[in-house]
Amino acid sequence: MRIPISWLKEFVNLDDISVEDLAYKLTMAGLEVEEIQYVGLPMPSAKGLSHARLSGIAWDRAKIVVGEIREVTPHPNADRLVLCRLYDGKQEHIVLTGAPHLFEYKGKGELKKPIKVAYAKQGAEIYDGHQPGFQKTILKRTKIRGVESSSMVCSEKELGISEEHEGIIILGSDAEPGMPLADYMGDAVLTIAITPNIARDANIYGVAREVSALLGRKLKPMPAKFKAQGPSVRGKAKIEIKEPELNPRFVLGLIKGIQIKPSPGWVQRRLSLAGMRPINNIVDATNYAMLELGEPLHAFDYDVLVQRAGGKAPTIITRLAKKGEKLTTLDGVERKLDGFTVLVCDTAGALSIAGVMGGAESEVTEKTRSVLLEGAAWNFINIRKTLNSQRLSSEAAYRFSRGVHPAMALRGVSRGLELMRLWAGGTVNEGLIDKYPLPAKPSVVEIAPEDARRWLGLQLTSAQMAAILRRLEFGVRTQGQKLAVTSPDHRLDIGEGVVGMADLMEEIARVYGYEKIAATRMADELPPQRGNRTLEIEERIRDLLARLGLQEIMTYRLTTPEQEARRLPAGTLPDDKPYVRVANPISQERVVLRKSLLASVLETVERNANLREHLAVFEIGEVFHASEAGPLPDELPRLVLAMAGPREPQHWEAADAGPVDFYDMKGIVGGLLDGLNLGELRYEPGQHPAFHPGKCARVLSGDRQLGVFGELHPQVQSQYDLPRRPVQIATFNLDAIYDVVPERFDSVSVPAYPPVLEDLAFVVSEAIPAGQVEALIRQTGGRLLASLSLFDVYRGEQIGAGKKSLAYQLTYQDPERTLTDEDVAKLRSRIVKRLEQEFGAQLRA
Amino acid sequence: MLDQLEGIKQQALEALNSVRDEAALEQWRTQFLARNSALVQSLKQLSTLSAEDRPKVGQKANEVKLTLEAALEERRSAMGQQRLQHSLGSEGLDVTLPGRPRPLGRLHPITQTLRRISAIFAEMGFQVYRSRDVETDEYNFQLLNFPPNHPAREMQDSFYIEGGSQDNPVMLRTHTSAGQIHAMRQYSAQNPKNPPPVRIILPGMCYRYEQISARSEVQFTQVEGLAVGERITFGDLKGTLTDFAQRFFDAEVRTRFRASHFPFTEPSAEMDVECFVCHGAGCSVCKHSGWLEILGSGVVHPIVLRNGGYDPERYSGFAFGLGPERLTMLRYRIEDIRYFWRNDVRFLEQFS
Repeated sequence: MRIPISWLKEFVNLDDISVEDLAYKLTMAGLEVEEIQYVGLPMPSAKGLSHARLSGIAWDRAKIVVGEIREVTPHPNADRLVLCRLYDGKQEHIVLTGAPHLFEYKGKGELKKPIKVAYAKQGAEIYDGHQPGFQKTILKRTKIRGVESSSMVCSEKELGISEEHEGIIILGSDAEPGMPLADYMGDAVLTIAITPNIARDANIYGVAREVSALLGRKLKPMPAKFKAQGPSVRGKAKIEIKEPELNPRFVLGLIKGIQIKPSPGWVQRRLSLAGMRPINNIVDATNYAMLELGEPLHAFDYDVLVQRAGGKAPTIITRLAKKGEKLTTLDGVERKLDGFTVLVCDTAGALSIAGVMGGAESEVTEKTRSVLLEGAAWNFINIRKTLNSQRLSSEAAYRFSRGVHPAMALRGVSRGLELMRLWAGGTVNEGLIDKYPLPAKPSVVEIAPEDARRWLGLQLTSAQMAAILRRLEFGVRTQGQKLAVTSPDHRLDIGEGVVGMADLMEEIARVYGYEKIAATRMADELPPQRGNRTLEIEERIRDLLARLGLQEIMTYRLTTPEQEARRLPAGTLPDDKPYVRVANPISQERVVLRKSLLASVLETVERNANLREHLAVFEIGEVFHASEAGPLPDELPRLVLAMAGPREPQHWEAADAGPVDFYDMKGIVGGLLDGLNLGELRYEPGQHPAFHPGKCARVLSGDRQLGVFGELHPQVQSQYDLPRRPVQIATFNLDAIYDVVPERFDSVSVPAYPPVLEDLAFVVSEAIPAGQVEALIRQTGGRLLASLSLFDVYRGEQIGAGKKSLAYQLTYQDPERTLTDEDVAKLRSRIVKRLEQEFGAQLRA
Repeated sequence: MLDQLEGIKQQALEALNSVRDEAALEQWRTQFLARNSALVQSLKQLSTLSAEDRPKVGQKANEVKLTLEAALEERRSAMGQQRLQHSLGSEGLDVTLPGRPRPLGRLHPITQTLRRISAIFAEMGFQVYRSRDVETDEYNFQLLNFPPNHPAREMQDSFYIEGGSQDNPVMLRTHTSAGQIHAMRQYSAQNPKNPPPVRIILPGMCYRYEQISARSEVQFTQVEGLAVGERITFGDLKGTLTDFAQRFFDAEVRTRFRASHFPFTEPSAEMDVECFVCHGAGCSVCKHSGWLEILGSGVVHPIVLRNGGYDPERYSGFAFGLGPERLTMLRYRIEDIRYFWRNDVRFLEQFS
């Protein structure tokens, strides 16, 4: 909402308060001033602090002044230019202009009634009228077609009032030559963000009311009277309301004998500043009244309506649209209407979409002589439904879709008729036709100082509270300490009971000033301690993986099935789970919720593949599976790891530049699960379409599968833009991990007796997995085998084809005593024998 | 005899002076201290001396032997030192060559910010409550006092999911406030007559139908906070959030509360903090306002309390919503919000 300061001043005194201070106060009270556009008034010096964006132009008080054109003469060398003899309060100048306004005075000699204009002297800063948009420029001396020119008569565009550059600004006869133009008509426009709770302020008077409350200054009465000199309006039209719930009030007024022409210059300029294009005096009057009071009006050509009614007084009917009914609106679009849309009709058919947009036929035209003026109240939710369905917007709909009090209908029509009378002549018929089948009931809310203490932490007397509310035009009756507060007849946002209490607390806090409410620390009881186990485990996993050298990533949860399909070899049968699809996607790349975290992670690896040789990343996040249980999908927490590139980062003396392989990932996986104190884990060959079939394992805790890891299937790899280096991945189901992470674990004492270390190498068949050999050694070694680690795997001629040698370091340890050579020898021979029996293993010398 | 011994000593010490290397030293030892050296030989001849001379000569011979041995030791140690110095001198490294890098793992910057926020609120007694990304219109809007077709919904353009019902469509949550009702209902169900106080933060991913640009994303994280009890006021909101700002930014930072509007709070407030770049003097970061918009907040609307099972005649509370991306962007002067989900390692590696 654009609010010209000059307009605001008509309703509240703004002496001694700067535009910037006013904007600050409004912003703090919830009417956020987003921008201050200076149109002549001085701008704050240099880089003052401002919440609002500052724009516009200040008119130099010495260089932009009121001028008086005393004579217009032809230009010696150009038909399209004239020379003006202009008096600037001190002396006369010859000023060149091309404005068509002045051509009629060309060569007429000394003007009887001089023309007052905006005059800019050399060196003045103005907007360049010939450049598109608003570009500032300094007025310079120049020669146009042989005539010296160092000053100019300005257009609206040159002064930043509007885009208008066809003609010059003509000032009222009260303008004194030489007076700084800023004093005569300098202005500033506040752009205020209107949140839904202050819909009542989407107009000048509403903002003036707020300003009056915030500054404690008197608010002038609302201009809602008109002078009627014609006969009574009674019988000139009838109103029929079919749906009072949707149309609680409908008001009509009539003015006859008007003459359509442009509005006065100051009206046009004011509308331009407020952001509306001037059209003609009648349309401008409806817009002006709407901007001023907030009630959108609609002007019908009365004679057209009478004609449609067969010469009789027209009947205006408001009703729901019929199924399939069509109407061509002012914008030239034929619209198919919904059954919930309300129409304003006459006996011959639909005239307009109620509260939104008029129809073409009954519109005011050049020929209009009589106007039937409509002001109404509409259900704002219903208006919204129509706007959404028709994809329409208008200034009227903007207001009606946020709620306008029915009392404003009467005031708006009154104001509109008066403005038409003033600007278009004609005679207003006495009275108004007013149908009000569903009167709005004011809310009455009881509050007490205790409410302000409880809700706001603010100690106020009932008198202080009453004073604030009265400034906003609430009705307040005092009953001892209690106040009975009645909502004023311009607002619909005050509820009943405890809701109404909160509504009033907001008003009190806003006007009293948030900054004056003391900041306190909560004195309330603390809630029970609940903890959040899954979050704690998740955070431990993040820390462990970062310690293991991986980078955490966070990716989009919206994707496409095609993107995700790349994670499996082409031709893999898709799973039968349907995607969770977005009904209104914003782009073709974000149409479903992801079903796979692996796909998200691989896309990230792909994006970074050319940036870093060595990549090691992980993500924790949900995947979404449509659920059979109900409309809400299952949200399943997943963990995915990916590694690629050389094992060791690039270095001038690289020790191991080989690519990461299965065992690197197994090391990370083991480190992670060990860090979670998961105890004994089982690794088995795994199967998953995304993995290399021979390099894939699953890891289990007991019978619970926690995850799958291994090398990415080469075919999958080729579906991403990745270098030909193996990618190692791991994917975990966090729900399974949550289930098996122990709350605590038992620590082991540090042994007091020395261990005995021994290396043993066994030759076994390739077919026997190392894991089984290890398990058997552990089992046989029992509690005296403190630790076991594989330090070499050898294959070669010495041991024969189809065999491998596994070399282990064994640590024997008895917590209670020092082991003897005999003890160790016994244990060793038992292990060797077991391995020989079970696996045919040979101890290697 | 004594003179002879003295002569040996002088000769040996003199000879030691010209010893230059280990081999020469060994040769010297052989010559003067070995079994067949003149000195040792002279000790062997002691028995041939008179009982009177024997102790004198013996004493002298011993003295000479000890002197020579000490001199040998000293010489040997000096030569060892010299050798060590020599070898250290030749082992110098180019210390400007790069060290062997160890891979450093890192958390995503948003995780880091979320942890900072959680830690600060945890110390004020707020516990973490998480709820779902995909919600019903009822929980995301209706129960939070956004009726269908209400203008307030325009402030949050939403993604809907195919297949939901007309009255209660399924949608992607537009704010983690949706979890407020879940939490309050869960707690109030435990003791409907005397529901326990609530003090929670709700972190999570949210989604809005907005064109992606440097300043807005379709997906973003949010941390909602909620405190409900029998003695909680707007003043407590100001105090708690100012405490947070002073922990998160710096202890001296000033805060400012502006009236605003959110359907689920009343009164509502935006909190600004004094710009930490210019300290309120005005700069490009705060767009010459001196202040940075940090969060939205307000006193919980009576309808929301009631929908959560808390009687608004008895309970009150406050709620707030923070944007971790915005806080992160301000803290590290990040220009483009799209960096967060793009996961370019050149961006991520900066946050250790």
